[in-house]
Amino acid sequence: MASHHEAIIREPLVTGENITYAKVTDDILKPVENMPNKAWWIGFTVASLGALLWVFAVSWTFWYGIGSWGLNKTVGWAWDITGFVWWVGIGHAGTLISAILLLFRQNWRNSINRSAEAMTIFAVICAASYIVCHMGRPWMAVYSLPLPNQYGSLWVNFNSPLIWDVFAISTYFSVSLLFWYTGLLPDLATIRDRASGIRRRIYSIASFGWTGSVKSWQRFETVCLILAGVSTPLVLSVHTIVSMDFATSLEPGWHTTIFPPYFVAGAIFSGFAMVQTLLLVVRKVLGLENYITMFHIESMNKIILVTGSIVGVAYLTEFFIAYYSGGEYEQYTFLNRFIGPYWWAGCMMYGCNVLMTQLMWFKKIRTNIAVSWVLSIVVNIGMWFERFVIIVISLHRDFIPSSWAMFYPTWIDVSIFIGSIGLFFTMFLLFIRVLPSIAMAEVKLLLKTSSEQAKKKLLAAGNLEPEQAEFYKESLTKFDSVELSEYKK
Amino acid sequence: MSSTKFILGLFDDPDVLLHGIDELNKKSIPIYDVYTPMPIHGIDDKLGIKPSRLGFAAFMFGILGGTTIFSIVYYTLVHDWPMNIGGKPAFAVPDFIPATFEWTVLFTAFGMTITFFFATHLFPGRAPRVMELRATDDRFVIAIDAKGNVPHEDITNILREAGAVEIKHNDRKYVSYE
Repeated sequence: MASHHEAIIREPLVTGENITYAKVTDDILKPVENMPNKAWWIGFTVASLGALLWVFAVSWTFWYGIGSWGLNKTVGWAWDITGFVWWVGIGHAGTLISAILLLFRQNWRNSINRSAEAMTIFAVICAASYIVCHMGRPWMAVYSLPLPNQYGSLWVNFNSPLIWDVFAISTYFSVSLLFWYTGLLPDLATIRDRASGIRRRIYSIASFGWTGSVKSWQRFETVCLILAGVSTPLVLSVHTIVSMDFATSLEPGWHTTIFPPYFVAGAIFSGFAMVQTLLLVVRKVLGLENYITMFHIESMNKIILVTGSIVGVAYLTEFFIAYYSGGEYEQYTFLNRFIGPYWWAGCMMYGCNVLMTQLMWFKKIRTNIAVSWVLSIVVNIGMWFERFVIIVISLHRDFIPSSWAMFYPTWIDVSIFIGSIGLFFTMFLLFIRVLPSIAMAEVKLLLKTSSEQAKKKLLAAGNLEPEQAEFYKESLTKFDSVELSEYKK
Repeated sequence: MSSTKFILGLFDDPDVLLHGIDELNKKSIPIYDVYTPMPIHGIDDKLGIKPSRLGFAAFMFGILGGTTIFSIVYYTLVHDWPMNIGGKPAFAVPDFIPATFEWTVLFTAFGMTITFFFATHLFPGRAPRVMELRATDDRFVIAIDAKGNVPHEDITNILREAGAVEIKHNDRKYVSYE
């Protein structure tokens, strides 16, 4: 490992004094090896009540059919597909962090990839549940697979984006799960080797007998790299295909070629916002400030700014093309977002996604935890409204004014949505209770190069350009987990 | 006759571990295996372990997946039941790309990972064959088969001089069994 030297100007990825390999394990496994604290129990109680509401509302939908939703002849897709696209989009950040940032060798991903991937899996579960619900007769879901049947066989139509979606979402879910679980094996083995009794047996089964021998690590790294390589186009394809559910139709407001890149950027945007929402709380409650540092928070805020701005450019392009195309239906649809009965939804979409994110240009805002957290919620709200605007506002007034209608959600619509958030948080809270929320093996890789103490050694050894050392010390001032007094001359 | 089966050199730093491997190699003492809590690049070269061939497996599985779904699509939509959709050709290759792509990825990922589990003997319920419990936490462990090897004190001395923080003479190969 001759490549231990990292430029001093790079900010530390692990802060704190005396962080040894053992301390990394101890710190990260604290919530797993001890009884949860009060904050966890309160969160878990609220979230599982939400999940119960979800079970109830979904059962109600299965029993009475989707007539219990607020759909009508004009607006045939509403909160169901809005929720579906919202959740799938949220899932995208996990794969971006685990796959794309791995390919780009962005080491800061090492401390956030595990929880982001877990978030991906839970978000895709929520999304898939919407798809099954909106079929009305969920047992018919089997007909979306190309299985021989007694009608001919009548096969599925592989020309249809809806069938592509079946393949995309199922592949995405199963490959994400595989990637996440393979990455978990070394950490599960760590828990196993520290545990005793029944816990040891459970983690023993879960860790597949991992030992950390040279050959297994070598193969493990190959597998992770190739999984990252195939997941990268996969994640781009998933939201591309989701957008094609709309873009291949003739509906004004949907029928646009910009949808695939616009949806992918929006997905990463909303996904990072959700990662931010979760991790800002997790680092505080689990005391992981040394591993999820201000550098991580600021980096994620920068990605939110970039993707939010891409989304903003896509919005402008849409408006320009609507005007430039000369198509009156297209033009009306986009005007209707501001002057129609749903003007407030349009304002939420453009305001939250474009205007609010531009605040991230200011470093003071990017490095302020409370403001970042609020902004991440704002982005999540904005992105939900984006999907609502695209789906419902486009549908409710399209070609024939006599069939124009409004959409009003029923209490079942609302319950499924709130319930799905409860389901998501229930799964996430269980995850941080029983599995390491940070990839320990990967963080240990950073200790000798990118930790604050390694940098301190570099500073102590001298031989640095004074400007670079100053630059480094200056960059530490934003960290909330660094003892600044030690750097005073 | 000593009852020692394995000699373990425990290091607390990956660079010192690599130094230890070099020292053992210099003295031609065969290393059974090395256990580390995280991937350490360079060990495989020093131990003469060949690069992984999983990439080839991944590629073959990818080709298999793409071919499989493309054949299914061709059979169902072109051969078995071609549909007249506005007079357009039934063999509409661009439309077949998304499904083909997804199954290429699906087969690559699962085929390669299952091959990895199979080749490395990883499966749920496998009894962990652990020589040193801290090897998954904060110790970097060199394991040396004690049988028919140079005097054990020599190995101990080499490891100590190379910077091992602890040296164990284990009577059992694996400590993870009851």
